Amino acid sequence: MQKIEDMVCTFCGCLCDDVTLTVENNMIIAADNCCTVGNAKFMGKNRLKTPIRKKDGAWEKVSYEEAIDYTVETLLNADRPLMFGWSGTHGEAQCIGIHMNELIGGVIDSTTSVCHGPSILAIQEVGHPGCTLGQVKNRADLIIYWGSNPVEGHPRHMSRYTVYADGYFLENAFKERKVIVVDVRETESAKIADEFVRVKPGGDYAVLSALRAIVRGKGDVVPESVAGVSREQLFRVADLCTSCKFGALFFGLGLTMVKGKYKNVSNAIELVDELNRHTKFTLTPMRGHWNVYGSNEVFTWMTGYPYAVDFCRGVAFYNPGETSAIDILARKECDACLVVASDPGAHFPRACVEHLKDIPTIVIDPFQSLTTPVADLQIPVGVTGIDAEGAAYRMDGIPLKVNKVLHSDYPGDAEILSRIYERMMEVKGQ
Amino acid sequence: MSELLIKNGYVIDPINNIHGEVMDIAVRDGKIVESVGSGAEIIDAHGMLTLPGGIDSHTHICGTKVNFGRYMSPEDMRAGRTTRIGDMHATSGYSVPTTYGNSYRYARMGYTTLLEGAMAPMEARHTHEEFQYTPLQDCMANTLFDGNWQALQAIHDNDIKRLAGIIAWYLTASRGFSVKLTNPGGTEAWGFGHDATCIHKRIEHFNVSPREIITGMIEANEMLNLPHSVHLHCNNLGKPGNYLCTLDTYNSIPDLNDKRQSLYSTHVQYHSYGGTSWHDFCSKAEDIARSVNAKPHIVIDTGQVMFGKTTTMTADGPMEFNLYRLYHNKWSNHDVELETGSGVIPVLYRRKNLVNAIMWAIGLELALLIDSPWQCILATDNPNGAPFVKYPEVMALLMSSTYRDAEFATVDPVTESRVSLPALDREFDWEEIAIVTRGAQARALGLVDHGKGHLAPGADADIAIYPIDVSSTDPSKEYETIINGFATTDYTIKMGHVVSRKGSCSVDHSNRTFWVRPRVSDNYDMGRDPAFIDSFNKYYSIRMANYPVQEEYVKRHICIETETSL
Repeated sequence: MQKIEDMVCTFCGCLCDDVTLTVENNMIIAADNCCTVGNAKFMGKNRLKTPIRKKDGAWEKVSYEEAIDYTVETLLNADRPLMFGWSGTHGEAQCIGIHMNELIGGVIDSTTSVCHGPSILAIQEVGHPGCTLGQVKNRADLIIYWGSNPVEGHPRHMSRYTVYADGYFLENAFKERKVIVVDVRETESAKIADEFVRVKPGGDYAVLSALRAIVRGKGDVVPESVAGVSREQLFRVADLCTSCKFGALFFGLGLTMVKGKYKNVSNAIELVDELNRHTKFTLTPMRGHWNVYGSNEVFTWMTGYPYAVDFCRGVAFYNPGETSAIDILARKECDACLVVASDPGAHFPRACVEHLKDIPTIVIDPFQSLTTPVADLQIPVGVTGIDAEGAAYRMDGIPLKVNKVLHSDYPGDAEILSRIYERMMEVKGQ
Repeated sequence: MSELLIKNGYVIDPINNIHGEVMDIAVRDGKIVESVGSGAEIIDAHGMLTLPGGIDSHTHICGTKVNFGRYMSPEDMRAGRTTRIGDMHATSGYSVPTTYGNSYRYARMGYTTLLEGAMAPMEARHTHEEFQYTPLQDCMANTLFDGNWQALQAIHDNDIKRLAGIIAWYLTASRGFSVKLTNPGGTEAWGFGHDATCIHKRIEHFNVSPREIITGMIEANEMLNLPHSVHLHCNNLGKPGNYLCTLDTYNSIPDLNDKRQSLYSTHVQYHSYGGTSWHDFCSKAEDIARSVNAKPHIVIDTGQVMFGKTTTMTADGPMEFNLYRLYHNKWSNHDVELETGSGVIPVLYRRKNLVNAIMWAIGLELALLIDSPWQCILATDNPNGAPFVKYPEVMALLMSSTYRDAEFATVDPVTESRVSLPALDREFDWEEIAIVTRGAQARALGLVDHGKGHLAPGADADIAIYPIDVSSTDPSKEYETIINGFATTDYTIKMGHVVSRKGSCSVDHSNRTFWVRPRVSDNYDMGRDPAFIDSFNKYYSIRMANYPVQEEYVKRHICIETETSL
């Protein structure tokens, strides 16, 4: 039995790196320090043993060689191939994916387009006053969670980085900090807030505008109630914001994927921008998948754009809404799809999933998922952080190397993708 | 064994006192040698200016803030796109190109070595990842120390040996090359929205002044025998009247190294401003140049501004916020634990904007007024003053007063009353251009002994061959020829391989990362220091065990180990 410390959990964007794993006979038998979701991933079962291919409606086992051949042939024969996913794998694999996509002139997109895509559009419009999570931990005396429920979605976020974390500049961090939660319902996170702001669904934009008006000294235009929030509470919240020493606003899909979408985020950024004329204030998107931010970083230095990149004309072209995965599928443009380290079967609209079923779909993933039933081929790989390793970026941009703890015969994502890419180059005579 | 013979080039190699001779250069296995066999590949460089590979000693090409510049600016990405062709990958971007875009465009101009000007220690791994995708240049990075708590504490305690130990540990862990201070003290203060506006005033909580940080760091830097000196972005960047702060800083710099400067002062154009506001803003380049001329232990780069669109990016968070409040465009800020900052905003420098025109003039004045080209390096603080693809235009401006006059005629006419540029008639010769684009950089970075910036046997075979016939070109008049000639080499050779031929680049995986490892005794090894370890694990948001950049992020590398007295 061996205890291995300081391992990185590859579940959510918190990328907690203080997990202790107990390993016996090349199996993880315990995961300490991590939350229940992280624990479930480390202890996960249901892994495929070999590649499987659907023939005449039934699954059969195939070799890795055959799986690679099929993938190469399918993608090279496609007119409008899509490579989707990437947020559940390491950076090295993402880089190879970009090169491969460039070679075949396809569309490459990450799960960003169905989570914080609108946040990036807002950042591209108005910028991003942000910081690393350590800055929040050491300095912040005001924490806001807006449309985000960390108790359930990012269970250790509060203890590692915000509400309960020790801070260098705070004597008694827990007592000195105020917490505001803004949401449409009273979540578990709302229950621990000093101030819970309950917004009517779809009202976030208006509430943000009201706060901006108050902070700018134009509070007289604010009516008695804005989207269900009383004028009195709005003034109280604005006062908390301007009187703190360091405020940190975190926001989730409750802001990005509701009515108003990217405009909500722009408004939140401009509120933070305004607050910086009074005190110190930062804003951070609560990124979901452990390496979704890494996919944005890698895509950006390789192609210039963070997601939804179309190489069909040779140059990198970016226009979310046109070049994002859901749109390519909904228009039935896509005629072959490679899914890497994600589960569109669980998250995409029904019409898109049905189209995936109609076209050749290949999945590279360690686990069976809701995408497996619509796929023609699934290639199992190592799990980064368990039996595969590579680079990852936390939600705030901190890069970490994720190590492995077990030995296995599974190839990592980077290895399998390299083999596919090299074969493609051979076929294309490059 | 691979051999190459470059025949009949017009060679200028200032470090080896070759002032323009038609000669052959022999290359074997990536290094310059005395001679090669008859089977060597031949490159005919007849009638072509042949120089050591260009070196940029202050550029922003890789890492978190650079990538954020790309991420937030699809409009800039659209402004410079190429497709995959031959060995070359697709590229995007004009002022902040993708990593391949940077690499190909620098190679095309004959540049083979690049120093990333600002690497946040907490995000070092990111910089190194991008270096891997910058395939045609050797790269290295300045590690930022301007707000590092442990360092500030050691300075406060006047324990310079401990400070040196802290620097040694972070440089090694981040695989950094040199010590960078950006707005020392100011970035830490910016953590609470404040700034450090006077080098003598102590910052809150840590009770040290920017001056104490700068001098303490210089002393520690020399204790570690690092190849490069402290690399300083002075306080008060971009503020009218800041030249007094810059002069004050220069007056505080001790002369501690007899081989090279004790201070590299970067993008000095931004620190040479007179006036009390934007209304009476004017050039103080003459005062700054006078100070530098009197202090051989200071080397500067100009931070030249060129007109057009670009993106500003720096670790100087408060400065970017001030700039944003002038431009009202879009603003990104990213404060980083292990204390430094960063900010990014897009800008447009206009000829008809008086302030912008004065900034443009100041960069040129510094270059023309500082007597020794070894002390005044050509750079635009890419992309802050202008994207590096503007370097050939800067070279032409330095070589031709006619070109300067022609350009001056297009700027806001009031500029003339605020600058001295029209009165300066100095014109750089070919050798001075060679010094300010490679020789001076190699010396300032301490890389001459590591084979950079010159062509003596044993040096790296990094060579740029420009289609410029020196014997028949009058740079004073034919500035278009200069611009075109320096924009695209006939051959760029990196470690003996042709990596760019008339702008068409080849795959080359010989790029390496240079980093330093000072040897210190166990007493000064912070990796064994309980207080240091506890503090790291308590206050930073990752475990110290997961912090150091692993071997796989510097696959090909040159580690420069230094002997220290610690």
